[in-house]
Parts: sequence; structure tokens; C-alpha cells
Amino acid sequence: MTAADTKAAEPPVADSPPPGGTGGPGKDKGRARRPGGSTSGGLLPYFLIGPAIVAIAAVFAWPLVKTVIMSFQDMGRRELWTGATPPWVGFENFSAILADSHFWSVTFKTVLFMVVCVTLTMGLGLLLAMMMQRMSTWVRLLLTGALVAAWSMPLLVATSIFRWLADSDYGVINSTLSKIPGLDFQGHNWFLNPWQGFGVIAAVVVWGAIPFVVVTLYAALTQVPQELEEAAQLDGAGRWGVFKHVIFPVIKPVFQMVATLSVIWDFNVFGQVFLMRGNKPEPEYELLGIYSFQKAFSSSSFSQGTAIALITVLLLSGVAVYYLRQLLKTGEVE
Amino acid sequence: MSAPTSTLKAPEAGGTPPVQPPAKAVLRPDRKKRRIGYNVVGLIAFVMMAFPVYWLLISAFRPNHEIRSYDQSLLPTSITFDNFVRASETRFFWTAIQSSLIICVTSVLGAIVLGTIAAYAIGRFNFIGRKPFMMVLILVQVLPPTAMLIPIYVQLNAMGALNEYWGVIVVYLVSVLPFSIWMIRGFVVNVPKELEESAMVDGCSRMGAFWRVIFPLLAPGLAAASIFALITAWNEYLFAYVLMQDNDKYTLNVWLMNFTTDRGTDYGGLMAGSVIIAVPVVIFFMIVQKKMAAGLTSGAVKG
Repeated sequence: MTAADTKAAEPPVADSPPPGGTGGPGKDKGRARRPGGSTSGGLLPYFLIGPAIVAIAAVFAWPLVKTVIMSFQDMGRRELWTGATPPWVGFENFSAILADSHFWSVTFKTVLFMVVCVTLTMGLGLLLAMMMQRMSTWVRLLLTGALVAAWSMPLLVATSIFRWLADSDYGVINSTLSKIPGLDFQGHNWFLNPWQGFGVIAAVVVWGAIPFVVVTLYAALTQVPQELEEAAQLDGAGRWGVFKHVIFPVIKPVFQMVATLSVIWDFNVFGQVFLMRGNKPEPEYELLGIYSFQKAFSSSSFSQGTAIALITVLLLSGVAVYYLRQLLKTGEVE
Repeated sequence: MSAPTSTLKAPEAGGTPPVQPPAKAVLRPDRKKRRIGYNVVGLIAFVMMAFPVYWLLISAFRPNHEIRSYDQSLLPTSITFDNFVRASETRFFWTAIQSSLIICVTSVLGAIVLGTIAAYAIGRFNFIGRKPFMMVLILVQVLPPTAMLIPIYVQLNAMGALNEYWGVIVVYLVSVLPFSIWMIRGFVVNVPKELEESAMVDGCSRMGAFWRVIFPLLAPGLAAASIFALITAWNEYLFAYVLMQDNDKYTLNVWLMNFTTDRGTDYGGLMAGSVIIAVPVVIFFMIVQKKMAAGLTSGAVKG
């Protein structure tokens, strides 16, 4: 724990502007563009990236192609075990899925869940990061320590903890709430009502995501020139004005980047739901990832599973392209 | 009673306040009050963030009869290692540790080797296709894992490779490869090119220059990247759960699910098992925490 504290003390302050990363975009750019600075190296670089390309093609690209192929076939248990080529069915999987009202409710739930989690994460994260600048040092150190501890919890462990906290019989949430006069939560099952259940799941997701957001935004906030803030205040800007016209423009690139990543991560939430429901999520707890998984591995209709996965990829591709463009803009990919 | 003491003490303990305030007090009280407000919010946030971790530790060391009580004390009561003993005596605990170690270490070593040579290429050479390659590295990291899972399962099944270590190892290796390349590249570009060139002028081959000059300078970067990769691989459970079928081949994360049965959950054991899984991660995480934020935003994406 002492290591945690000492480490925790420095990071946000010591971190150079986050998008700089380990290389630093400015430096990279200079190096790559300096005339004659970079050698082309003939065929050598291709030999060097060859193995990585083969590996990525095998585990990312080929399965993606296979996802597309399979979603136009009908692959069930028989094809899986006999190895027979599954029959082609055209758009049948897609029309079956799109006609299923459950699919639409799952999609709606996934989007709603993502929006709520991202809003909470980014809102609370930004608020906390800004307040951290104004706290006493000892409070900031304590908080940073807690953030790092929470951050380092494996997803599986974090989910187990929250399941235990929200346990209906012996969970500490219920026993604490019951102490409030007029409330009786003893034996209350949080997962009977999906809204409450998703509330608990959102709590794990947000709890796990906030440390990264706070630490990153805090590092970005230290880049805001103090003089500018003061000058704006002297010129009569209110707090909101200072934030809107001075602080936010400086942290905007980092904020956008973190928000985009959160959208991608929260859209793909799988483990938290899956584990929270003891590996057997009920239909009302299905998000797109779970839905696809269940179709493939519980109902053994692998093709419908891949069709749902493909729809998910398509839905996300816009966000992914936006993310890539942001990275290109910051000069990260040089 | 209180009034006289305060008047008595004032000149003694706070001898200066009556003299100095006029100068400072004009600005301070307001600011101080605000700072207290921020501190209170900070402490609330601290409790919210720390409590789950605190509760994990408390429950792991709490005897089972206390865990199964309707009114648990929020403070540590009695300490016992029963839960840990029970967890380590669960079936397949030791094989799970073994599987986890075999899979994680092998895949991370492989990823670092492949990653280093690829990172060297994109960090040192300006070749056609370099930029698209880097874009691919970013894009593959935002693919939903479930989209990969089904085809990989079907493929490995067709190859008869389900329930084999190497299947999971390959998947893990490649999952951590993109951000490893990205991260190591950051270290490669920071090693001055001149060092390498002067080694080559002095008679080293390019290979020799790499091994003798670049590699030693990259070592800290490689260590950091390995730790990231190790944490990611250690935390993964979905692929291990689906691609492995025998109990004695499951990794620790899958083993942890044994505490939840149809008859209920053994929370004491679950928390103890969680602590066992989390401890190595926390230790490694503390080592690289500083680079974590920078690494994530600079394209080394891994959720």
C-alpha cells in the first residue's frame, strides 16, 4: 500500500500531456518528417512486421471475415460437429433477427445503458478531476490512492465484489439501507427488477471506469495556464464562463478521446452482466454482446450469433472511425 | 466554561491571529470555506471508490459465520484465514494457477518478441504501408470480443484445438499484440538514431546494433509493456471459459466461478479467491500505473 501511495502521489502531476503518450506526438512528427531522417530500409521493415501481420490476420481479420461468411449461412450444432459446410441462406439470419422484437429491445437497452454509463463516467470524472485541483493535498493523495486501487481491480473481481455488496440476504447495501428508518431492504433482491439490476451493473461499470477518466482529465487540466484563468476572471467571466471558454478548449482533445473510448467500452460491456448474473443471464439482462453469445452458445445457432455480432460491429464502426480520425488529428499516427 | 478558556488561550496559542488577520483574512475565509467543501466532496468520493476494495478485504478475512449474518459490522472484527484455506483446498485451484501461468507467460513473451520487432520497424523505417498498419493496430482493438469469439471457437473446433493451451495462448498473444507494438514503438522513437548509426559505423551489423545498443535501452519499455500485457492476459476470462473444456485446464478466473453454485454463493471463499487473483495484478499495476493513463490515450487501447 505504501507503494500505492507514493506512486499515487505523483502520477497526475508528473504526467506529461496524456495524448503525448510515451513517444510524444511532436517528437514523432519531427522525426518522421525530417528529410532523410528516416530510412526506407528496403524490404527489411516488411520482414519485421510480417509475423505481427500474420498473427493479427489469423486472430482478428480472418474471424471477422468468417463472421461475415457465417452470418449468411446456417450453422447449427450438426455442422459444428460433423464439419459439414453449412448451407447458404442469404439474408435469412438478418431478416429473422430484425423481425424479432427482442432484438430491438436488446439494442435499445444496449444504447441506453451505454449512454447512461458514459454520461455518468464522463460527468462525474470531469467534476472530480476539477475538484481535485482545489482539494488539500492530503485529500487528493487519499483519493488518488483509492482511484488507483479501484482501477487495478480485475473486472471479474470488481463484479464479484459488487455482487456481494448487493446480495439479497447478507449484502451490506441492504443492511445499511435497512438502518434508515422507514426502509426495509432486508432480503431485497436487486436483480428481480431489471432496472435495479442494471443500476447495480452500471455502478460496477462506472466505478471501474472513473479512475482512468479522472487521472487522464486531471493530467489534462494541469495543462490549463493559470494566467489565462485569472485573466478571464479579472475580465469578469463567471465560473461557467471560465470553464467554457478557457478550461474546456484546452482539455477538449483529451476529453473527446476519453469519451469516445468510453462509448466503445460501454457499448461492448459483457463481463459485468455475464458474471453478475452467474454466467446465465436472463433474457431481460441481455445486451448485444450477451445476446449474440447466448444465441451461439446456448441456442447453438452460431450463424444468428455471428449475424448479431456483425450488426454490433457495424453499429460501432462509426465510433471507431471517429476515434481513428481523432488520433490522426493529434498526430499520434505519424 | 468554554468562553473563559478560549479567551485565556487565545493570546497563547493563537497569539498571532489578532495581529495578522486584517491583512490575510480579507481573502482567506471565503477560500478556506470553499476548500473545506471540496475536501468534503473529495472524502466522499474517496469512500465511494475505496469502500468496495475495503469490503473485499474485510470479507476475505472474516469468518463465515459472521459473513452469514444479517447485520455485519462495517469495521474489521475477527481475522481468520479460513476462507483462504478453503479456497486453496477447492478442487482445481492448483491446476488453475498452473494454467494461468502457462497461458499468460507464454502469450506475453510471444507478444513482446513479435511486438518488439514490429515496433522497431514502424519506429525506425518510413516504408509504404506503415501508416495503414498503424491504423489497423488501432482498429482491431475496438472490435467487440464477442464478434471474434464465435468464429474462433468454430475454427478451433474444426481444427480439433479446443481445450488445448495453444489455442488460448495464440488468442491472448494476438489480443495484447497491438497495444504492445504501440507502446514499444513509443520507446523505440525515443532512442536516438545516432546511437545506432555510430554503432554501425564502428562495425556493427544492423542486427548487432539492435542487440547491443537499442535492446538494452529498450529494456525498461519492454518491462512496462510486458506488465501491461500480463495484466490484460491475467484478467481475461471469456475466451478461457469458452475455449477450454476440462476443469483442470481452466484458468484462475474461470476457477473463481466455482464459488457460485446453484445452491448459492460462498461469498467468503469468493472474496478470498478474488484477493488471490487481484494481488499480483495490484502489485504489477502499481509499478506501471504512471504510464497507464498515457498509454491508454495514445492508442494503446484495452478495456
